[in-house]
Amino acid sequence: MPDYESFEHDVLVIGAGGAGLRAAIEASAAGVRVGLVCKSLLGKAHTVMAEGGIAAALANVDERDNWKVHFADTMRGGQYVNQWRMAELHAKEAPDRVRELEAWGAVFDRTKDGRILQRHFGGHKYPRLAHVGDRTGLEMIRTLQDHGVHQGIDVYMEHTILSLLKDGDRVVGAFGYERERGRFKIFRAEAVVLATGGIGRAYKITSNSWEYTGDGHALAYEAGAELIDMEFIQFHPTGMVWPPSVMGILVTEGVRGEGGILTNADGKRFMFEAIPENYRHHTADNEEEGWRYCQGHKDARRPPELLTRDHVSRCIVREIKEGRGSPHGGVFLDISWIKQKIPNAAEHIKRKLPSMYHQFKQLADINITEQPMEVGPTTHYIMGGVRVDPDTQMSRLPGLFAAGECAAGINGANRLGGNSLSDLLVFGKRAGEFAAKFARENQPGRIDNGKIDAIAREALAPFERSGGENPYSIQKDLQETMQDLVGIVRTETEMREALEKIGNLKARAEKTGIVGNREYNPGWHTSLDLKNLLLVSEAITLAALERKESRGAQFREDYPNKEERFSKVNTIVSRAADGSMQIRLEPLPEMPDYLKQVVEENQ
Amino acid sequence: MVKTALFKIWRGDAKTGGFRDYAAECTEGMVVLDAVHQIQATQARDLACRWNCKAGKCGSCSAEVNGMPKLMCMTRLSELPLEKPVTIEPIKAFPLIKDLVTDVSWNFHVKKRIKPFKPRPPDAPDGTWRMQQEDIDRVQEFRKCIECFLCQDVCHVLRDHQMHDKFIGPRFLIHVAALEMHPLDTEDRIEELRNAQGIGYCNITKCCTKVCPESIQITDNGIIPLKERVVDECYDPLGWFWRWLKKREA
Repeated sequence: MPDYESFEHDVLVIGAGGAGLRAAIEASAAGVRVGLVCKSLLGKAHTVMAEGGIAAALANVDERDNWKVHFADTMRGGQYVNQWRMAELHAKEAPDRVRELEAWGAVFDRTKDGRILQRHFGGHKYPRLAHVGDRTGLEMIRTLQDHGVHQGIDVYMEHTILSLLKDGDRVVGAFGYERERGRFKIFRAEAVVLATGGIGRAYKITSNSWEYTGDGHALAYEAGAELIDMEFIQFHPTGMVWPPSVMGILVTEGVRGEGGILTNADGKRFMFEAIPENYRHHTADNEEEGWRYCQGHKDARRPPELLTRDHVSRCIVREIKEGRGSPHGGVFLDISWIKQKIPNAAEHIKRKLPSMYHQFKQLADINITEQPMEVGPTTHYIMGGVRVDPDTQMSRLPGLFAAGECAAGINGANRLGGNSLSDLLVFGKRAGEFAAKFARENQPGRIDNGKIDAIAREALAPFERSGGENPYSIQKDLQETMQDLVGIVRTETEMREALEKIGNLKARAEKTGIVGNREYNPGWHTSLDLKNLLLVSEAITLAALERKESRGAQFREDYPNKEERFSKVNTIVSRAADGSMQIRLEPLPEMPDYLKQVVEENQ
Repeated sequence: MVKTALFKIWRGDAKTGGFRDYAAECTEGMVVLDAVHQIQATQARDLACRWNCKAGKCGSCSAEVNGMPKLMCMTRLSELPLEKPVTIEPIKAFPLIKDLVTDVSWNFHVKKRIKPFKPRPPDAPDGTWRMQQEDIDRVQEFRKCIECFLCQDVCHVLRDHQMHDKFIGPRFLIHVAALEMHPLDTEDRIEELRNAQGIGYCNITKCCTKVCPESIQITDNGIIPLKERVVDECYDPLGWFWRWLKKREA
């Protein structure tokens, strides 16, 4: 075996966005040695892109808010296939996690009496999102980063993990490479936390960066853990659609929270049509009431633009399909209209939505204080992921934990905006806490050198095939396949076709060729990421086929309604002994009576 | 509007390298990073560059475009004279790794040495604080920083004089300013600012402010007030005498 550089920690955290950083901080505070692996530089993970805010029932703006309402909102938004225990812990603990950020130096926008300000967001009954203009994610990641670097955490920037290492059933480390020199490294740890984020790069139109190739999902699956809810992918209703090069870049829901409206080519506010039954009595039935809601009038109900993301996305697709879209294939999102309502509207918009103003001005020559934006759905988030214990975040494999987007359960069939940042904090902390506990209670495991050699050989194979397939072309073909065939609107025929194409792409991915050497070679990195992308694409498609109904983010044209038999089950993806991907349905744990009552009381 | 433009991209590592020519098809609204990606996907699979968000929020894709420090994701081709080749090269204040990627790890070491946030005891029994929006506006301006390090790139003290061991650069002066002006913070960082962090080396040429993609008024709002604090504490004879007296009494 070649002499690989080796590092030893008690807890190894893979991924350095909100969940990974929070896990590392917690584990470190518990007194164990922590290693933190990030695919990019520290502080650049996708959390930085989060805009609107962190959902937590602080009740600073509306005293009627409390964890019970937040819990009920989250379950309703997820169409009741969420893991109730995660939703409960999340709603109860999010306020403390937000206040903790303030103690670590975060500077949230303030209420008039000097407390943390909260804003309206889709699916949340009360103004609940603690925020900093429209750059909340930056504030959160910087606060965690600056706090974390003083805790003695060892940070490995620009490292990618290729495989988890096991001793029997237990996960005891990870094997990967560093980008700069392309050298392999072994990380030994008594416990490993996956916090790798999402899978957005499997789709053509996405708000996600190059990093989001389903690494944690794939690492866990390959090691023998289970994935759940993989069919539920959130298409955020408002991504940029023009110019083509910026297609998919996120436009925060905060625009609608501040009073922005969606209109079609006829100038009509189409969201007033087709309000779902279970939201009807929470939703304004006229424009004036919707505006008053955004202005904080407590007797007003939310405008239909602030319905859940799955619903808004489908309405936008409907408008476009039926020929009422905007010139570049989206719909209009207009915040400039508020100048009819308030003085100094332009200044107000720039203060509340500074980065949206900047983004449209610079990338699309649009002044959002004067003109409407053109927007359309963009692949944003996956509700599905590694199946974990709700309290400890440990997967079915001893020593393997997961938190944040790569874990699953809290969001069910659709995530509410703002619940991701709070999820990262609540379950990042729990994962760090219980990983540290596990590490203290267990001895280091044994590592199989033969397996490491095999992984290294496989990883280097593309260098032997300089005339081989272009990894960028395979990635592009996969993105088009998933976008066209397993997108917002799905059918059995198209998804069968997708599976066949994924099969062909897998064969091509085994023949990629790389030019140049191992030093900072993005072609090589893209080639290595393909395996994970293809794996999660297959899992998404299989799960979406299995759920023969429409619920939350999954819309099946061939099964357009919710079905009773799917109302209390999760799809579970796992690896069979022969290496093939298996899919099965499993009943959800029964919600205890006290929570049923909470749901009942907050209908 | 599809037309072809020429790009001269710096290729190489710390030892050797030079500009190489590439042609890329330009469509409406394209940014420099799109051209780099197109070239990477079709002509130079191993072309090294950093990027993440592609929306000016993460600060990864810093480079010098036609000699100007820019985020490649926010620089539109329509702003550039495409009748001439567009040059793209790595930032210069840090050692080169490969192509457009530089070793910026020094910045992360510097930050680790800055004294962290230390809040006063909570204002309310529930462990929370009260702050007025107007008291945090300035700190929020500094906290917009996306750590692209373009300000470090153009700072003469770092770029030309390579005084990385004596001066922390505009990015971290702004970081210190955000901590020092935080209404809850109780730490004192003035002594370090003056000595280890070398604030005196900044001669206020404002190059950093000019290139900041977040339009932070680095010099006027951050560095100058910090310099004033250093002067007040270390060079004001009355203040010095007063503190000496207080110390003697204690």
